Amino acid sequence: MTTPTALVSLAALISLTPSEYEALSLSLGVAARSVLLSLAPAIFLAWILTRRFHGRFVLDALVHLPLVLPPVMVGYLLLILFGTHGILGAWLRVFHVRLIFTRNGAALATAVMSFPLMVRAIRISLEGIDRGLEDAARTLGAGAWDRFRSITLPLMLPGILAAVITAFAAGLGEFGAVITFVSNIPGETRTLPLALYSALQSPDGDTAAARIALISFLLGLSGLIVAEWFTRRMRSIRGR
Amino acid sequence: MLRADVKLTRSHFSLNTQFELPTPGVVALLGRSGCGKTTLINVLAGLCHAEKAHIELDDVVLEDTSRNINVPAEARRIGYVFQDARLFPHLNVEANLRYGLKRFLGKPYLSFEAVIELLGLGHLLNQKSSQLSGGERQRVAIGRALLAQPRLLLLDEPLAALDAARREEVLPYLESLRDQWAIPMVYVSHQYEEVLRLATHLVLMQSGSTIAQGDIGRMSLSPELRAIVGHDEIGAIIDGEVLGTDESGLTRVLIGHNQALDATTMRTLKVRTPITATGKKLRIQVLARDLIIATQAPEHLSVRNILKGRIHALARDDNDSDLVTVDVGGTRLLARITHSATRELGLRPGLNCWVLVKAVSLRGHAFNAGSSLTLHSSP
Repeated sequence: MTTPTALVSLAALISLTPSEYEALSLSLGVAARSVLLSLAPAIFLAWILTRRFHGRFVLDALVHLPLVLPPVMVGYLLLILFGTHGILGAWLRVFHVRLIFTRNGAALATAVMSFPLMVRAIRISLEGIDRGLEDAARTLGAGAWDRFRSITLPLMLPGILAAVITAFAAGLGEFGAVITFVSNIPGETRTLPLALYSALQSPDGDTAAARIALISFLLGLSGLIVAEWFTRRMRSIRGR
Repeated sequence: MLRADVKLTRSHFSLNTQFELPTPGVVALLGRSGCGKTTLINVLAGLCHAEKAHIELDDVVLEDTSRNINVPAEARRIGYVFQDARLFPHLNVEANLRYGLKRFLGKPYLSFEAVIELLGLGHLLNQKSSQLSGGERQRVAIGRALLAQPRLLLLDEPLAALDAARREEVLPYLESLRDQWAIPMVYVSHQYEEVLRLATHLVLMQSGSTIAQGDIGRMSLSPELRAIVGHDEIGAIIDGEVLGTDESGLTRVLIGHNQALDATTMRTLKVRTPITATGKKLRIQVLARDLIIATQAPEHLSVRNILKGRIHALARDDNDSDLVTVDVGGTRLLARITHSATRELGLRPGLNCWVLVKAVSLRGHAFNAGSSLTLHSSP
C-alpha cells in the first residue's frame, strides 16, 4: 500500500458508519470481557500445570483442546451446555442469566477459544521463574499465599500482560464459535468478523467488506505492536 | 545445642547422618561434592522431606517423624544462604533485605542498621540485585537471612561461585558474624581452607553418611580427614593467644591451654601475621608437610620455631611417608616425613624430639568464637 492511499483510507476510517462503529465497539467489548472472564482461571491453571501431579497431561490436553477443535464445534458444545435446555443454561436461568444470543455469550465463546493462548503465555513466564526463589522466601518466613503474592505473581506479571494482550487481540477476530453459539445479531453479537461475513453475503457489500477488513487489519496490527512494546518495556524495567 | 538425626532414601542416593553442635558455634559440613551436604541442610531448613528425622535446636523440636512433629520451613526461623544467593530480582537491595524482617512478628534482636553496618551494605541499598557483583550478592543474601532473625544460619557453599578475591570480600564478614554476634551456623563446604577459618566444629561426610565429627582442633589430626582433604592441606589447627611481637616483627603466640608458666618458652610459636595485639586469640594452621623433626637439639639454623616435644603416635600415610603426631606441652602437632627418615632416626612413640617450623610457613587467622555477647536464641 502506498502512502497516499493509506492516508485516504485512514481519513475514510475516521468517519465510521454507525453500523461499523457498532461492530467495532462490540468487538472491543466482547474481547475485553472474554479476557476478564478467563484471566483468573488461566493464571490458576498455568500455575497448576507447572506443578507435578498425576493426570497433569490430561489436564494439559484439555486446556489445549480449543486450539485443535473446529471453532464451530466449540460453539456447538457451548450451545449444548448453555442453551435454554442445556445443563448449565437451565441452572443459569434461575439467576436470570442468559448467554445464548447475547454479547456475554459471545464473550464466553471467545474466552474459551483464546484460553489456551493465555495459559501458554502465562505458563512460559512461570517456567522462567527460578523455583529456588520460593524456597528462599519460605526460609524468610513467607507462607504459601504470601510467597505467591510477593514473589511469583510479580515475577510472572510480564507474562500475564503479554497473555492479556495476545488473548485480547485474538479475541477481536473470533468467528466460528461466536456465530454458532450466539448467532449474528446486529448490535448484540455482530462483531467485526461477523459483520465482514455479513457484508460478503450481501450482493453489493464489496465496499463495506473492504472497509471492515481494513479496520480489522489495523486493529490487529496495533494490538500486536502494543504487545511487543509492552514485553520489551517490562524486560528493560526488570533489567533482564 | 543443635541435634540432627536424619535418614533419607532417594533412587540413587541415601543419607544417614547424626551430628551435634554446641550453640553458639560454627559447624562445618565438609565432604566432596555430591556427598549429601546440601540435602542434609535442606532437611534442616524444612525444604526437603526425610523419611526419618529428629531435629532439635536449643530444646525446641523442629521435626520428629516418630512423633509426627514437623514445623514448616517458614516457621522454623532457620536462615538459609544459598550458593546462588537467590536475591529476588524484582526487588531492590533494601527490599530484599527487609523481606524477612517484615515477616518477623516479634521484637527483632538484630536491627536493620546493625546488619547493614556489619556487612557494609549501606551504599548498595538502592541498587537492583542484578547490578551487584558476586561478592555483594552473597553479602546481601547473608544480611537478608540475618534480618529474618534466625535462631540458626545455614550457609550452602556461599563462596563456591566466587573467585579468590571475591571470597576475601565475604569471609571476613562471616568471621565477624561468628565472633561479634555468636550466631550458630552450619557451614557447608568442600573447601577446607574456608572451613578452617570459620568452623569451631567439623562434621565429615562421605557418600551420604557422617563419618567423624568433633572440635576442629581434634578433627584436624583425625585420620578420617585425610580421606577428604588433600595431602598438602593436612596439619594441626591450634588455637593460641598473642603474647606480643619479637625484635624482628614476628608475632609471638602462646599455644595450648596449659597455663604452667615454666613451659612458656617451649610453647611459643613465632608467626608472621598482621594480628599483633597482646591477648588476641589466634588460630594457626601448622601444615604437616612444613614440619621438621630432630632427635638432637638443633643449632645454627635459620628456622624461627624450635619446640620441644614427645612423639605421641606414628601412622603410615602412604607408600613413602609417615604422619607423626608430636605432643608439645599438651598441644598436638602433625608432621609428615618420609618413611626412610622415620627409620634412620629410629622414631617411635614416647621418644623426646624437637619440632622445627619456619615462621613464614605458618598462617594465623583471627578467631574469637563465643567470646563476646551471646545470642538470645529463644523465640
